[in-house]
Amino acid sequence: MSTDDTSDPAVRVRDLRKDYGHFHAVDGISFDIERGETFALLGPNGAGKSTTVEILEGYRERTSGEVSVLGQDPRHAGLAWKARLGIVLQQTGESGNVSVREQLAHFASLYPNPRDVDEVIAAVGLEEKAKTRIKSLSGGQRRRVDVALGIVGRPELLFLDEPTTGFDPEARRQFWELIRSLSREGTTIVLTTHYLDEAAQLSDRAAVIAGGRLIEMGPVHELGPAEARIPIVRWRDASGLHEERTETPAARVAALVAAHGELPELEVIRPGLEDIYLDLVATAEAETRAQTPTQEQTRVDA
Amino acid sequence: MTTTPTRPTASFGPLRTLRLGLARAVYETTIYFRAGDTIFFTFLFPVVLLGIFSVAFQGLGNVGEVNGQGGVSQAAFYLPGMIAAGILLSGVQNLGIDIAVERSDGTLKRLAGTPLPVVSYFMGKIGQVLVTSLAQIAILILLARVAFGVELPTEPAKWLTFAWVYLLSISTAAVLGIAISQLPKSGKSASPVIIPPLLVLQFISGVYISFSLLPDWLQAISSVFPLKWIAQGMRSVFLPDDFAAAEVGGSWDLPGVAIVLGIWLVVGLVVCRIGFRWIRKDS
Repeated sequence: MSTDDTSDPAVRVRDLRKDYGHFHAVDGISFDIERGETFALLGPNGAGKSTTVEILEGYRERTSGEVSVLGQDPRHAGLAWKARLGIVLQQTGESGNVSVREQLAHFASLYPNPRDVDEVIAAVGLEEKAKTRIKSLSGGQRRRVDVALGIVGRPELLFLDEPTTGFDPEARRQFWELIRSLSREGTTIVLTTHYLDEAAQLSDRAAVIAGGRLIEMGPVHELGPAEARIPIVRWRDASGLHEERTETPAARVAALVAAHGELPELEVIRPGLEDIYLDLVATAEAETRAQTPTQEQTRVDA
Repeated sequence: MTTTPTRPTASFGPLRTLRLGLARAVYETTIYFRAGDTIFFTFLFPVVLLGIFSVAFQGLGNVGEVNGQGGVSQAAFYLPGMIAAGILLSGVQNLGIDIAVERSDGTLKRLAGTPLPVVSYFMGKIGQVLVTSLAQIAILILLARVAFGVELPTEPAKWLTFAWVYLLSISTAAVLGIAISQLPKSGKSASPVIIPPLLVLQFISGVYISFSLLPDWLQAISSVFPLKWIAQGMRSVFLPDDFAAAEVGGSWDLPGVAIVLGIWLVVGLVVCRIGFRWIRKDS
């Protein structure tokens, strides 16, 4: 794929720190992202996700730690390195007095080996808007232009920061298909998202960041402590609502029905990524608060 | 799709920078002419003013007439000032606002993430300024000649002076525009921060009001800024030589024009070099 050693991970981060004054926005994070992998970064607003990603993209300086992206330190990497990246920023921006097609053609011309402009427009579902000025598009359509601009340079490594904000459900499905096809072509993808179903759908592995620390990392379906994934049986009886975690929910339900007959609100809940994620974040935040009761609350970035 | 040809690093050389600079210039110029407000406030403003002044003051007769002899029409008198104002607007005002808006709306950040060289970006801006300001001056001269019958200089020496004064002026104006684009705190405040001081400068630099009518202290202030010198250089091209007597030192003082504009050009370049960031320090 590239001139550097392909056995190296696409991204390598060791003990990354970023301080703003006394505030530790990123507080010692380490992880690797393998080539061809789709990696999701999850976390609440202000957790340090965007700061981390922007350090990887070369937008921000770090306070300390080691970072290697496609074999180079983003701090010193040049144009040839940027040509191998695709970046979809969180903020949609554009003066907008150009058509979708003109903008994509212009950005394609900046890269040594771009994708076909019309194919990219089709891939993001904007064929009918190709000749429309960007300023006349809806928010969701502009977001698709952002994604199109991020992939038109045929990146080896694609950063997606909250890519589907403002998408309708159909557009999100379509976007997921696009990301899967990029992944099949070997593109390494770093996805930051608030939509946990999106992370579950797309990513091979996910990391959860809270309070500038990496609190969990692994394959999406193994995230969180094992007990967090134990199914819950919930029912209501005369004494109120009951919840019980059990590895054998069917047997538990059978026993309940045998003892009480038909029960109102009886359900078996298999905790989804969202439940596990919320648990993880809540636990981490409680710990942080316990450790540093008077830390200032200034959040420098989202 | 899966195999990417090895990328020759040589393709990131000066030729590519030049090619992308030209592509940016075409792109920037196209966008410029699509924005209605810049067309009016930057591109057509001096043209409209030349028309208004020429018509409104026609009744006052010629400027610089002695015993019904000599002198020039109001249109001829205002032409060099409007060309100077156009250079200031196309360079300083246009780029100052444009880049401040691009910084705040995320355009610069997006470009910073692409393999576009900073030099190509500036080539695009300066190319756009050159194309639009030359078009503006052509329209001004055409309007003066066709609508108001202004006589244009015929001596090659005058046009040679025009060429160097123009190039030095537009370069200085473009560089200063890039430099002051760092002043507005947001895209929305760009126009209110940049337009009013430039308007004041136009009034005290002999563009709308004859420079010799200003009190000495105001003349001293405006002599610090480049516009007074741009206008003076342009007067030396478009007004008859006997008008030089009305200038401050009794001459066109072209060496002074070159020195003051040269100093501003260097100051502007230094500020750009130190101050400009895509969003951080960058290649």
